[in-house]
Amino acid sequence: MELFTPDFGLIFWMFVAVAVLLFVLYKWGWPVIVKNIESRADLIDKGVEYAQNAKEQLDKARQQSEAYLAEARNQQADMLREAERIKTKIIDDAREAAQVEARKVMEAAKISIEQERKEAQQQFRNEVSNFALDIATKVVRKQLDDPQSQSKLVNSLLDEMEKNN
Amino acid sequence: MIKKISTFLLILVVAFAAIPAAASQEQSDEGKIKPKDIIFEHLGDAYGWEVPFNHHIRIPLPIIVFGDCGFHCFLSSRVEHGHKYTDGDVTFMIAPKGEQYAGKIVQVLPDGKVYKPFDISITKNVMALFIAALLVVWSVAAVARWQKRNQYKAPRKFVGALEALIEFIYTGVIKPTLGDRAHKFAPYLLTVFFLILYLNLLGLIVVFPGGANVTGNIAVTLVLAIFTFLATNILGTKHYWKEILWPDVPLWLKFPLPIMPLIEIFGIFTKPAALTVRLFANMLGGHMIVIVLTLLIFIFAVMGPVVTGATTVVSMLFSIFMLLIDVLVSFIQAYVFTMLSTLFISFGQEHEHHHEIKQDADSTDHASVVATSTK
Repeated sequence: MELFTPDFGLIFWMFVAVAVLLFVLYKWGWPVIVKNIESRADLIDKGVEYAQNAKEQLDKARQQSEAYLAEARNQQADMLREAERIKTKIIDDAREAAQVEARKVMEAAKISIEQERKEAQQQFRNEVSNFALDIATKVVRKQLDDPQSQSKLVNSLLDEMEKNN
Repeated sequence: MIKKISTFLLILVVAFAAIPAAASQEQSDEGKIKPKDIIFEHLGDAYGWEVPFNHHIRIPLPIIVFGDCGFHCFLSSRVEHGHKYTDGDVTFMIAPKGEQYAGKIVQVLPDGKVYKPFDISITKNVMALFIAALLVVWSVAAVARWQKRNQYKAPRKFVGALEALIEFIYTGVIKPTLGDRAHKFAPYLLTVFFLILYLNLLGLIVVFPGGANVTGNIAVTLVLAIFTFLATNILGTKHYWKEILWPDVPLWLKFPLPIMPLIEIFGIFTKPAALTVRLFANMLGGHMIVIVLTLLIFIFAVMGPVVTGATTVVSMLFSIFMLLIDVLVSFIQAYVFTMLSTLFISFGQEHEHHHEIKQDADSTDHASVVATSTK
């Protein structure tokens, strides 16, 4: 069976061919390709990792920004509410202050009016008493024209003084 | 449409190319065909390379011999068809069928006896081998050039296909099996893969530069297996040899009678033997089936035109089917050879990692115990 007996010539040339092929490809062929394949795989791995990281960071950033936005919105609302509160407070305070002031003014006015009134009353009374005295003086002068009645009065006055003593 | 037509033409060419060699054989044997001879002629080696549609003209190839008679080199066309050729004072001829050294170049001694010198002729198989080797170099150079020029850019068309194949073998077979030693053996394994693949595929093309049954020749597969054998054993680690000569088995299996070491040493040689025979038998089988299917037409030719016609159609369909299967087989066989070579080489690269893992486990256990006790 010639099929199963290896031929010397073919073995020889096969050795030569494979040896030369290996030498050539070891030197100029495969290392370049294998290195390139490896480094490309690394590059792709790194790229994927980088993309994943970037995506994570982006997501985080988006979340953060949303949080910031919400916070800002809250703050804005708070500030608005605060401003509203302060506004009403200021108005209230002003109103109160005005009322107090007005009351003070009113009271001062009332007091001065009262005083005026009292003064006027006093004056009036004085005038009235002066008038009364004048009138009484005039009346008494008229009544005491005669000496009789003068002595009568003196007597009665003396009696009174005696009674008092 | 053009695609369809070209496919059809291709099928026709393949079909017709397969026929003529057999047909011409029939003519030369005057109506009687000897299937066995035809099959063996096509599976075996030859000094010339046949051309389609002609049995007399062959592409001449150089015959190189040396022996007692000295060194001689001449073209195969000089000794074809039983001619004798006298180079200086030495006469050569191809030994006729049925005699000693049948089909081989022999020196005819003056007394009529024959003597077989050392024969390192560039035969059909050697030529096919050279062509395939050149194609491998050219392909690899194309990919390497592309990668040097364009770095990480993806190649297209042929270079892209080659790169996909390289990537498939390297990251699919070599890298997972050999790990950090992959770059050391990758050149050899990838070379072997491409050489076998190209030889297989060229063997399926029926006309020059194909048609040689190179990977179906035991000498070729033997040499490839020897290379793997050398890579496994010469570059093998200390642990690999320890596993062979003093394996990790009960003492009685290795001490008074070295049973396991003997089995292991036997295993060193059965692995390359398996590699040799697998590839050889698979490729031989594929070629044989296609040839036999084609020959059926001529065997049935004596039974009249109707039978011949029917057989022709059936045989052609079957042999085309078989050729298509063989395309697949060509790839699978190259892949399997590479895979097994990688596996065998990886056996030779084993280190004592089992123990390391064990020690690691022990030390971590210890550490955890210490940690818990300090708590």
